[in-house]
Amino acid sequence: MMPPEDPERETRPPETPAELPHDRLLDEQAGPMVRPYVMTSGRLEPTRGKFDLITLVVAIGVNPEGEVGLGPEHLAILRLCQSVMSVAELTGHLNLPVATVRVMLGDLLDKGFITMQEPEPEADMHDIRLYKAVIDGLRAL
Amino acid sequence: MVSGPSSRDMNGRKLPTAVKIVIAGGFGVGKTTMVGTVSETQPLRTEEILTDESIGVDDISGVERKDTTTVAMDFGRITMRDEYVLYLFGTPGQERFWFMWDEVALGALGAVVLADTRRLADCFPSVDYFERRGTPFIVAVNCFEGARRYDLEEIEMALNLGPKVPVMLCDARSLESCKKVLIKMVLHAMKSRGLSPENAAAPQSSGV
Repeated sequence: MMPPEDPERETRPPETPAELPHDRLLDEQAGPMVRPYVMTSGRLEPTRGKFDLITLVVAIGVNPEGEVGLGPEHLAILRLCQSVMSVAELTGHLNLPVATVRVMLGDLLDKGFITMQEPEPEADMHDIRLYKAVIDGLRAL
Repeated sequence: MVSGPSSRDMNGRKLPTAVKIVIAGGFGVGKTTMVGTVSETQPLRTEEILTDESIGVDDISGVERKDTTTVAMDFGRITMRDEYVLYLFGTPGQERFWFMWDEVALGALGAVVLADTRRLADCFPSVDYFERRGTPFIVAVNCFEGARRYDLEEIEMALNLGPKVPVMLCDARSLESCKKVLIKMVLHAMKSRGLSPENAAAPQSSGV
């Protein structure tokens, strides 16, 4: 399922990232804090999706090569997501803060590179099959 | 079951749904050990970088020092048969990171509060937290070598929990022991949510 294309996004050269107050990126006080936010062009929230720690994510078959606006970290996520992986696992493997990974996952979702499965809401945890599956799974360890 | 639209991977397979169990307790009580004992993969660590602003310090204006803190959470994964994946999350040790707890506890099947008899009071904040939040939990007393052994009744009395909260002894290094703890927790969570544990506790029989 591809989201509608944004023509402006397509034509925008990669080296002039968009929504980006430069003053924020050049905060000399920030030290090592800068890098994760550079990866997200200073964005703190994903454009789409909530991305709970246990939301499961998988890459879907769109070739990201030449896609404008994807950084090396986006591509690293796509490589890891060849098999189903939780947001928490992605942050662990990439050694990046959760917030950063969330923003990049939002980008990838926007561009149709990934699909995701949100966890069951707590209010809906009344399905006996879930408990049974968990108990059987634990027993089988 | 009410669930969102299910997503499918490239081969049209339905994505599994993840569930999580929280392992809480004081610093050094064995949370990471327990996560590692049952995880099928090398436990991973997720980190959140915090600034003072995000930990709710009142006023940082004029503060020259840049204060950032990293909160780490260890977690492991267990793939279940069928359509579920179970994640175990060890909560961040320090209580000042409550807001991280909120994220971890939200949507959790339930929680295990690990306790150490030498520092029993260390588990009280976790107990209070889950009681307040209404998350089903049990208390598992990690029996450290060299620590004095207490009877379960003595520990229960010292913990002063409601009669409905199960308390048990465990060894976080032992897979069998951790399995017992987690299964007991899941059964307790079912009961807390008004489900009959008997139906799920029966060992897997043919064709079910």
